[in-house]
Amino acid sequence: MSDKILLKGNEAFSEAAMRGGCRYYFGYPITPQNEIPEYMSRELPKYGGSFIQAESEICAINMAYGAAAAGGRVFITSSSPGIALMQEGLSFLASAEVPTVLLAVSRCGPGIGGIQPGQADYFQATRGGGNGDYKIPVFAPSSVQESVDLIYESMQLSDEWRNPFFIFTDGILAQMMEPVKLPEKRPDIQTKDIRKHKPWALTGYGADDSKRNTVISLRMQPDALETHVHKLFEKYAHAEKELVRVESFGLEDAQVVIVAYGIVARIAKEAIEILAEQGIKAGLIRPISLWPFPYSEFKKISNKTKVVISAELSMGQLIQDVQLGVGDRLPIRLVNRTGGMIPSSLEIAQRTKKILEEIGG
Amino acid sequence: MDTYKMFFAGSGGQGILLMGQMVGNAAMLEQKEATFFPSYGPEMRGGTANCTVIVSEKPISSPLIHESDCVVAMTLPSMLKFEPTLKPGGLLMLNSTLIHREPQRTDISVMKIPVTELANTMGNARIANIIMLGAFIRATHAVSSESIEQILNGFFGGKSAALLELNLKAYHHWQ
Amino acid sequence: MQPVFEYTKGMIPGETNYCPGCTHGISHRLIMEVLEEMGKLGSTIGVGPIGCSVLAHKYMNVDMLEAAHGRAPAVASGIKRVHPDNMVFTYQGDGDLASIGTAEIIHAAARGEKFTTFFINNAIYGMTGGQMAPTTIIGQKSTTTQDGRSVEQSGFPMRVSELIATLDGAVYVERVALNAPGNIHKAKKAVRRAFEVQDKKLGFSFIEFLSTCPTNWGVSPVDAMTFLTEKMLPYFPLGVLRAPEGEA
Repeated sequence: MSDKILLKGNEAFSEAAMRGGCRYYFGYPITPQNEIPEYMSRELPKYGGSFIQAESEICAINMAYGAAAAGGRVFITSSSPGIALMQEGLSFLASAEVPTVLLAVSRCGPGIGGIQPGQADYFQATRGGGNGDYKIPVFAPSSVQESVDLIYESMQLSDEWRNPFFIFTDGILAQMMEPVKLPEKRPDIQTKDIRKHKPWALTGYGADDSKRNTVISLRMQPDALETHVHKLFEKYAHAEKELVRVESFGLEDAQVVIVAYGIVARIAKEAIEILAEQGIKAGLIRPISLWPFPYSEFKKISNKTKVVISAELSMGQLIQDVQLGVGDRLPIRLVNRTGGMIPSSLEIAQRTKKILEEIGG
Repeated sequence: MDTYKMFFAGSGGQGILLMGQMVGNAAMLEQKEATFFPSYGPEMRGGTANCTVIVSEKPISSPLIHESDCVVAMTLPSMLKFEPTLKPGGLLMLNSTLIHREPQRTDISVMKIPVTELANTMGNARIANIIMLGAFIRATHAVSSESIEQILNGFFGGKSAALLELNLKAYHHWQ
Repeated sequence: MQPVFEYTKGMIPGETNYCPGCTHGISHRLIMEVLEEMGKLGSTIGVGPIGCSVLAHKYMNVDMLEAAHGRAPAVASGIKRVHPDNMVFTYQGDGDLASIGTAEIIHAAARGEKFTTFFINNAIYGMTGGQMAPTTIIGQKSTTTQDGRSVEQSGFPMRVSELIATLDGAVYVERVALNAPGNIHKAKKAVRRAFEVQDKKLGFSFIEFLSTCPTNWGVSPVDAMTFLTEKMLPYFPLGVLRAPEGEA
């Protein structure tokens, strides 16, 4: 482990983004992600990048829109109420196919809610709050290392797919420290070479105005807009095949399968160990991509399974995708806390056991 | 011991988080897995501060603790909050300068050390946490003393020789 | 034969969606002529607004982005970070800039962003059908002030240039009018000065064009010019409100 260092989530996220190519970061203070704008303001200039403290999250995502449309590699971050303010911008970025990586350090709502960890923004992340038909790939890491790897990869994926990518974390992952191996620094794209890599980017067309670029989301003619949305959805159909990420175990002989993502999946793993000590076989499905959701993984659940549990820090949001994955094959139950309350592994184990007894497993 | 789970708790400004981070960093020197999770909230000096630290020979699933091996409490509110998390036979370490109440539990071990008073006697109230850290390491062996000293050297060595010497002295003070 | 008037290379030939008598065509042309004269068309990136000029990217022959309502200054700030040596401008109406986008324009000016903003003040929302704007003058009729704007109901019109000129990041601020050939000539000079300020990286530059909207004002193009001259000019005085040190 000698190549690892103990890093706080927020600082590791920042470092991963910069090593992944981020040279433009626009931030606004909101707990529990404040270490990110602080770190970026200090470290990004050392990479030759630019930091702006925006006047709002609305402004931050629009700065991202500009910088990314101009061909820069952009990373932005916020937390739940701030992500809400960014939804308008996300819709524009998705329509104009402008790559940007957005990381959410999720807290609790509704309203100003609280600053403790939560997952009640699952719909906000996976269904989006911006207007119109669009999709954004969402990755939900469950360790600081996995966050680093997914941010680093998304900096590239977002360019390749010409789409915003969303990293969904929470206050625990952001605030905790874990050993991390940082990736190598990805080569820079020089400003003068932007058009070679991104022929659609706004750079000024130089001597030849037939090379003029526009970045827009307006299409006043219904047929033109329909064609554009269909084109976007062809891309999303590919993403549904290629971007699904999932971890699972124990599905072949589990009496109960727990579905959980992010930090809750780690607590669920410990709960599964506790259940095993009591002679109960439990399996786990951990969606890493929340969109596209790993629905097909649920086909691996065997006939020995009596019930599927959605364990989440929300009032039943993940469970809707679990229902789409399970269909009417099996009963589905919710094991949840909210408001910043985190269930212990013991609590998840006890509630799982009780549900199994009620089902008659 | 495969896995050791502990809380460090006290009030803001007592160096609570530093104790936890030093244990986490020392664990890494020993090629162990470690997680450190601080409480966070509105910024307030003098407010409560605590951190959850796990050191393990194997990958750590949950970074949260429902049953602890050790609680280090530097103030009364932190003792009241974390004493119930101790597993039977667990260790409660108290800053007896500030905690005058007896623990409720009878199924745990208790060590009372007047670290604030000792630190004042040594001339610097801010080293109470390092005195406690030394006592904690020698009582629990959660990580080795050599690793912690290496971390202390790294952390204070870059600042000033006098500061390093004071902290090393504090670290070894309670035997 | 010597041509006396031609399309500027900065405008893409074709019809626009602007109503007869609208002054958008004049302000578009002035900006594009100056960029052409400065040899900057190929290195300029423009940011359009939401409003009647939402289709500016179809008319202005430079790389262009169409921003969300009011957000153009934030977008331009991002673009300028990637291309600090390119000419970058925003083109925004009074609803876009002075209402929904107030935070963005004020903070871009305060940061001293090194781009140029062109502010089209026609004292009304055009594209949505003639509602009151932050710059609608007292007594002026709109579809949301049908008896004329009253102070009691809607407060006072905003003098945006004066507001911007209080910010130290804004180094060049001028209000011009498109109501008469002489003023249009002055407007073009102002556009050039603004771009020169940007080219020298001195700070934020801001030009307000007093403009007309005959359709939503409910008057003929000629009467619209009269309204601008008689009603708007007294409330929105023309002139340089801020210039780099040593210039006036």
